[in-house]
This record gives sequence, structure tokens and C-alpha cells, in this order.
Amino acid sequence: MLQNYLPIMIFLGVGVLVGVMPIVMGWMIAPNKPDSAKLSPYECGFDAFEDARMKFDVRYYLVAILFIIFDLEIAFLFPWATVLEEIGEYGFLSMMLFLGLLAVGFIYEWLKGALEWE
Amino acid sequence: MSELLNNAVSLVREALWDPLPGWFQLGLVDLGYILAILLPLLLAVAYLTFAERKLIGYMQVRIGPNRVGPRGWLQPIADALKLLLKEIIIPTNANKFLFVIAPMLSIAPSLAAWAVIPFTDTMVLANIDASLLYILALTSVGVYGVIIAGWASNSKYAFLGAMRSAAQIVSYEIAMGFALVGVLMAAGSLNLHQIVLAQQGGFHQWYFIPLFPLFLVYFLSGVAETNRSPFDVAEGESEIVAGFHVEYSGMAFAIFFLAEYANMILIATLTVIMFLGGWYAPVETSFTIFPPIIWLLVKVAFVLFFFLWFRATFPRYRYDKIMRLGWKIFIPVTLIWIVVIGIATFYTPLGHLFH
Repeated sequence: MLQNYLPIMIFLGVGVLVGVMPIVMGWMIAPNKPDSAKLSPYECGFDAFEDARMKFDVRYYLVAILFIIFDLEIAFLFPWATVLEEIGEYGFLSMMLFLGLLAVGFIYEWLKGALEWE
Repeated sequence: MSELLNNAVSLVREALWDPLPGWFQLGLVDLGYILAILLPLLLAVAYLTFAERKLIGYMQVRIGPNRVGPRGWLQPIADALKLLLKEIIIPTNANKFLFVIAPMLSIAPSLAAWAVIPFTDTMVLANIDASLLYILALTSVGVYGVIIAGWASNSKYAFLGAMRSAAQIVSYEIAMGFALVGVLMAAGSLNLHQIVLAQQGGFHQWYFIPLFPLFLVYFLSGVAETNRSPFDVAEGESEIVAGFHVEYSGMAFAIFFLAEYANMILIATLTVIMFLGGWYAPVETSFTIFPPIIWLLVKVAFVLFFFLWFRATFPRYRYDKIMRLGWKIFIPVTLIWIVVIGIATFYTPLGHLFH
């Protein structure tokens, strides 16, 4: 059983290698003549006059929080959907109750305008 | 003569192969299979870029690349060589470690996800029961590459692109996850192999018919997840230059490019496996016209064509509309369809339609 996971581990390693090797090759083959203008952040030719890590819209943060809630919900739904045949009507109704609660939360956030971007 | 050859082979085997420990032998065999998946995949990625440029060229009544090699067929190789010879720039204000690690974070998951893809009934590298969960986990890791690249670059465009792109990917991930739950309810298994087996018996058994809304949501979310046009505000070359990878050059940029296209092929393959019957022929016949793997590849190519077609046809969506589509349309649609499947299964005689 666990043996099936060995190729996955190797594949992950190979995947990282595919990312590393071209960069190392590029490093060795490509020219490397840095100067201060080349290494400055790209801003359409202007000098950057402040750090790029600036304030950003709080809605991005809100989306991230909402994502966590919904992603957890999906994590709950996955095993439930897999064994739905076995747990039958009782399991279905229990999950509907849970989904109903989440739907209330979803409608609340919708009406509060958390999903608005203008 | 052949006896001599056999002797030589067995001698080499005894000297080099047999003394290796068992786990190492297993690992080597797996490595061989992995290369058998990876090399065609990378070739497919290279020629997908070519197909894209050609197709969009024809759709816009141009010819597309036709200079390098016969009819331009060597163009992807020329592109790769050119990128290899370009300087890799690391901006002064960048976080160097994060800057270098970001491309690897985006390519590794988009390749490693292929470990569990069933190509035919017998051709699957790792036939694990949690394969769909594994796919979902790995495709979620891809967003780290984007956000780390944008943050580490310390450039305004990169930062804006990363914020937009992360929020967009994360939003569509939810719709995608819910669509998968619908597939799970229909197939009753997390194993991709089992999901395809459940669709045996002609195209009317494929899940795109009973789960049509989920099929659409899944595919369109896939387009949004890979930051493809018309949802490519993360790149938005007319507003924020190239988005999160604006500071990347040379091979470091090529890795991002590779990851994007590998992800496209992955999404197309998953769409085929979960909704379009995987390796099965559309009509069941007693004889086989094409081997199953050809059917899979043809279907994947068909789905990929839509990715390219979208890019040639649709103008870029506005960002607020993208978020609206993801949260206010896709999520409710998938939730409702999950309930519909459940009710149909337990309370109506129509349940068999969904299984």
C-alpha cells in the first residue's frame, strides 16, 4: 500500500530538479554583467521612490479568510462524498444541515458586501 | 551469437543490478517510468506553445511562427535555447532566497501531480486511493510560487500581479473543489482510476452529462486557476506589464512559463478523466479502433484547443467581474448541484442517472 507512494516521492524530487537544473544551467551558460540600472526594480524607466511592499486592499485579506473557511468545508465534504452510499440518508441530511449553516454564513457575507469589488 | 549476448546481459545484471538493495532497484524502475511520463510531457509543453502561437495566428489571419525549421516546427527549441542564453537577473532589493525558490515552487507541483494520472486501464504510475486529494493538494501549492515570486521581487507590478493572482486562484479553487465533490458523489471513490472505470460504456455514461454545470464550472475554474486568458489579469500586460514574473528573466522565467503550460495540460487531462470518460471511446464497440491512450490524448488535445480558442476570442475580464463570477455564480451553482445530486439519489427514482 505505502509502496505506491514511493514513485510520488521520487516524482516530487524530479519535479524540483526540473526546476533547479535549467536555472543552474542558465547561471553557467548565460552572461552575467549586472549594473545598478539593470538590477533596479522595473517601473517603466522611472526610479522606484519607495519600497514596493506597500499598503494593499484589505479585501485581499478578506478573500484569504473566506477561502480558509470554504476550503475546510471542502475538506469535510471529500470523505463524506466518498462514502455517501454507505452512510445513506442520515449522513446526507446531517451534511445538508452543516451546509445549510454555511449557506447562512455565505449569504451574510454576501449581503455585508464582502464579495464586492469595485 | 545471441547466447553470447544473453550471457553478457546476465553478467552485467549480476555485477551491477543484483547487488543493489531492493528499495533502490524499485526506485530506479520508478525513475524510468517517471521519465517516460516527464519527457513526453515537457515535449508536449514545448509544442503547446507552438500550437498556441500558430492557432492564434490563424485565428487572427496571420501565419504565426514559420521561420525556424520547416514551417516553424523548430520554434520551441529555438525559444528554449534563446532563454538559456539570457542573463538571469536578481534585482538588488529582492529577497534572493525566495526569489530563486519561487519558480521551483511553481514547477514541482505541476509536474509531480502527474504521478497519479491514469493514462489507460493499466498505465498508471501510482495507483493510490487518495489520488484526487493528492491532486487538489498539489494544485493548491502552485499559488505559493506566484505569491512568493511577487513578494520577493520587490517590484510594484510584481506585487500587484501576485495579489490579484493569489486572490483569484484561491477563489476559483473553492469552486473547483466543490465541483470535485460532485464527481466524488457520482463515482463514490477518490481514486482517479476508479472514477474513470465508473464512466465505462459509451459517452452517455460520461459525467459531463449528469454533472454538466459542474463540468463547466470545473473547466472554467481551471482556466482561471492557470491564469489563462480571459482571466489573465495577473499578467495583464497592458496594465501591470507581466504581473508576478516581471522581474524574472532567462531560465528563471522559462520555469514559470513551463509551469503554466504544464498546469494547462494537467487541467485538461483532469477534465477528461473526471468528466469526459478518460481513456474510453465515445461509442463502445466490440473491436478497438484506436488504443485507449490515443483516445485520452485526442480528448486532452480537444480540451486544450478550448484554452487556446478562448485566448483568441475573449477580451480580458475586469477584475471585479472575475471575483463576482467565482464567488457569486460558480460557488452557488456547485453547492446547489451537490444538493441536487444528493436529493436525486435518496428521494427520487432518478438517482441512477448520477451514478
